[in-house]
Amino acid sequence: MTTDILNTREAKSIFGFWIYIMSDALLFGSIFATYAVLHNNVFGGPSASDIFSMPFVLAETLILLASSFTYGLASLYAHHHKEKNKVILWLVVTFLLGATFIGMELYEFAKLLLEGNSWQRSGFLSAFFTLVGTHGLHVTAGLIWMGGLIIQVWRKGITVTTIGKVSTLGIFWHFLDIVWIFIFTFVYLMGAI
Amino acid sequence: MGKNDFKVIDEQYEAGRYAMRSYVTGFVLSVILTLIPYVIVVNHMFGKQGLVLAVILFGVTQLIAQVIFFLHLSKKSKPQWNIIVFVFTVLIVAILVVGSLWVMYNLNYNMTDVSPFNSNEGYIPQ
Repeated sequence: MTTDILNTREAKSIFGFWIYIMSDALLFGSIFATYAVLHNNVFGGPSASDIFSMPFVLAETLILLASSFTYGLASLYAHHHKEKNKVILWLVVTFLLGATFIGMELYEFAKLLLEGNSWQRSGFLSAFFTLVGTHGLHVTAGLIWMGGLIIQVWRKGITVTTIGKVSTLGIFWHFLDIVWIFIFTFVYLMGAI
Repeated sequence: MGKNDFKVIDEQYEAGRYAMRSYVTGFVLSVILTLIPYVIVVNHMFGKQGLVLAVILFGVTQLIAQVIFFLHLSKKSKPQWNIIVFVFTVLIVAILVVGSLWVMYNLNYNMTDVSPFNSNEGYIPQ
């Protein structure tokens, strides 16, 4: 009986979080629309095919994808096996992969800035930095949250509360990977065609 | 420990194995669905039109694969509110993106003037 109540409470908070994620999807949808409209407005500056290194972007994509998978493993050990150490291990692996992704993105941004291709250069670059930067900010927020969650799981163990938090951060993290698929497709692959 | 407890543990173990299979399937599918469009784009294997179509197709397929295997949207939540909200969001995003492109395309088309930088299809010479 008590577990039923707790389950519905967890289900409710997950559903609430899901609604937030969907509103976030609308935010990304608007930025994607802006990018789609502005991506040809290069104002004599570089276009997408001139400034992106495709192998670098592929590496970024695979790292984020791998982090989504390792998060799944953490979630799996929390939900079904209640093994605290394995949950922490996979959360730390996910954190490191996410941090590598952000590091690579910052490197790409720094390179573009040093080449004189900042967001002030053209409509295309404004839209590019807004879209990819917003995604990067989300991933950074996810990393901070994950750091907190690792500490909480380490100190409190696998409880109803921490399992719920593993679930909600999981939705957030998988969602960010899905947004990145679209950035990879519409910004990088389409830009290279 | 009663017989029942073992049953619960077994069920948890089974559910764990099922979840593991789901994550591995999702991961392998996603890697394949990332590598194929990457290879065909980098090697320019089709014409421009064909590449754009192929890339969108692979992207949408990967979206569906991750929604099913990572977010597990296909099951749980009996009234399926999650799926209803999801479909509604997809609809709004589609209207937003397609609508913006449509409006801005028409705007560009009708604003075309006689300049060497524009193809002046909309311009009728006197």
